Amino acid sequence: MDLTYTDEEEAFRARLREWLAVSLPKLPPKPDPLDWPARRSYDTAWQRMLYDAGYAGLHWPEAAGGRGATPTQHLIYLEETEKAGAPYVGANFVGLLHAGPTIAAEGTPGQRARWLPPVLRGDEIWCQGFSEPDAGSDLASLRTKAVRDGDDYVVTGSKIWTSHAEVADWCELLVRTDPEAPKHRGITWLAMPMDAPGITVRPLRTLAGSAEFAEVFLDEVRVPAANRVGAENDGWRVTMVTLSFERGTAFVGEVVACRRTLTELAATARQNGTWDDATIRRQLGLLNAEFTALWRLTQWNVSESQRVGGVPGTGGSVFKLRYSHARQELYDTAARVLGPDSLDLDREWTLDRLSSLSYTIAAGTSQIQRNIVAERILGLPKGR
Amino acid sequence: MDFRLTEDQRALKAAMRELLEARFDRDALRAAVERPELDRSLWRALGDAGFFSLRLPEREGGVGLGLPEAVLVFEEAGRALLPGPLVATHLAAGTVEGAATGESVVTRVDGALVAWLDEADHVLGDASDATAIRSLDPLTPLHRTGGTRTATAVEAVLLSAAEQLGSAARSTDLAVQHARDREQFGQPVGAFQAVKHLCADMLVRTEVARAAVYAAAVTGDPYEIAGAKLLADEAAVRGARDCLQVHGGMGFTWEADVHLHLKRAWVRAGQWQSAQQAAETLASAL
Ligand SMILES: Cc1cc2nc3c(=O)[nH]c(=O)nc-3n(C[C@H](O)[C@H](O)[C@H](O)COP(=O)(O)OP(=O)(O)OC[C@H]3O[C@@H](n4cnc5c(N)ncnc54)[C@H](O)[C@@H]3O)c2cc1C
Repeated sequence: MDLTYTDEEEAFRARLREWLAVSLPKLPPKPDPLDWPARRSYDTAWQRMLYDAGYAGLHWPEAAGGRGATPTQHLIYLEETEKAGAPYVGANFVGLLHAGPTIAAEGTPGQRARWLPPVLRGDEIWCQGFSEPDAGSDLASLRTKAVRDGDDYVVTGSKIWTSHAEVADWCELLVRTDPEAPKHRGITWLAMPMDAPGITVRPLRTLAGSAEFAEVFLDEVRVPAANRVGAENDGWRVTMVTLSFERGTAFVGEVVACRRTLTELAATARQNGTWDDATIRRQLGLLNAEFTALWRLTQWNVSESQRVGGVPGTGGSVFKLRYSHARQELYDTAARVLGPDSLDLDREWTLDRLSSLSYTIAAGTSQIQRNIVAERILGLPKGR
Repeated sequence: MDFRLTEDQRALKAAMRELLEARFDRDALRAAVERPELDRSLWRALGDAGFFSLRLPEREGGVGLGLPEAVLVFEEAGRALLPGPLVATHLAAGTVEGAATGESVVTRVDGALVAWLDEADHVLGDASDATAIRSLDPLTPLHRTGGTRTATAVEAVLLSAAEQLGSAARSTDLAVQHARDREQFGQPVGAFQAVKHLCADMLVRTEVARAAVYAAAVTGDPYEIAGAKLLADEAAVRGARDCLQVHGGMGFTWEADVHLHLKRAWVRAGQWQSAQQAAETLASAL
């Protein structure tokens, strides 16, 4: 059990800090959260800065255009960028955290060369077309169908809850290619260009008021068969690589951010007198224990992943279950500290409280995560 | 950084588990429940194995290891429900004659309570007005004193957190085992989601507590230790309650071990640092 960093790791941290101190002031002002094109350019500009400085795809393998950094260096990167107040991955999320790693793991050399560099440079944005109106938690029951026609697949169906669809260049799309096969065995993974004819994107308004995700209707969209990653009907396995990435490392920066929010919250409570309320004060203390432990659990998972070779496993489900709940507790506590101001949308934390509500749903609901923990870690039987 | 256990740490933990399986198996546990004097030969065996002298320097006859190693053996003790004033005696090694070797049993007054007073060879603190109570926990005889808790060594807080961690992990195992074996409606009860989700939450609480306890042992930071105790108390108490629920009527019996974990967890949750104290300490750090 060693929580100290090597000289090499500390040197990496120091270089990164120095670079962040020089680079962050060069960023343009933060865009209006409702202006998606502006958000896209802001997020991609940041990604480009990372790329030019050699920090893009830090922990990706070198063969995929990455830097081959260790999980620990990646952890340091996530910690330091968040501490310095650097932008979040934002619109680059799917490219950097789902589609990219999938292509890196399962794509051909040609596919890697085509799609990965633009993701790392911030030139192209990806979205994730998995969920459908009738296929949410039961993702494998998806029905959007793809029929082979010459060198193309012809895709018809609809996707829903597709984040960043409006500004995306590519969509990692799951389609059904064999309707006769058992549901997990007839699925194929395709990279679909978002400007292909037959695609209609209809933005959906979230409860926070913004149009963060969309419905995507597909009417005989032609996708080249060359855009298929992995074998036909092997898309479920290909996808599982992606999903375990999502649960393993996606929230590291956010834990650091939550710890900062908690400190600010305590300062606010001291100013406005709610600190004198023992229940609120102790709740803040409890959250301190909670987020400190979540940070330690992150270090634990990263240390484990160092051994198993990168792809985080079911440990991510344990983490996600606890973290999504803790994040909601944090903003509920913020509301107690703010009192009447918690109903003012222009106050800090009000929108965060609203968006925290999605954490127990997106990327696998808490109920599904509990099923995963119970069945895959504890070995309990599947129900009939 | 590599937070995983080293080879040596794994071996130490495994050796402690083996020792307890050999010297304190289920029969011994149930015997201890019915006849709550301390087994002095076991106490000396613990001494011989270095349980009490683990953190004493080698030149003083100790094993020369640190808090992370101590946490691992205390976790195993908690898992096995090993009785006795383990924390007080461990902390007295090097200062109280015979503590390090397991020749003496040392207890310490903790606020308004003192455990194992009648069995102790040495009592730290003022127990002059202590009166015996009928202890809720059959494995922890208790006396009531008029005192209030003053300062506690943070090591005591951490080591009892480690015991809670072991108990939480054991409750999770017991619940999962029962959920696999017991059948109703033609299938193992563990196939029902309501049961499955109780078990999943037990594991989550245990693993979060584990990360907190191990990290606190590495850093020795008093705030991390307070947080570790808070989370481990919760994992142990709620874990034992959920384990009871998963066991159905069997969980409410004297015969099943479930209640022993719950009662011990309740006792320890109040020991050395209460939840309120921990929360206040953690708030003051913000
Ligand atoms: C903010 C946000 C962004 C998203 N972004 C994307 C995206 O970019 N791309 C994409 O493809 N998807 C995206 N999603 C979709 C997300 O993955 C799904 O919402 C999620 O998987 C749940 O599916 P569902 O909404 O159909 O709910 P359902 O599956 O219908 O679930 C309804 C309720 O039933 C419960 N339930 C369902 N099955 C079980 C079961 N077996 N056991 C116990 N309980 C069960 C669920 O836990 C839930 O409480 C996003 C969602 C949100 C909220």
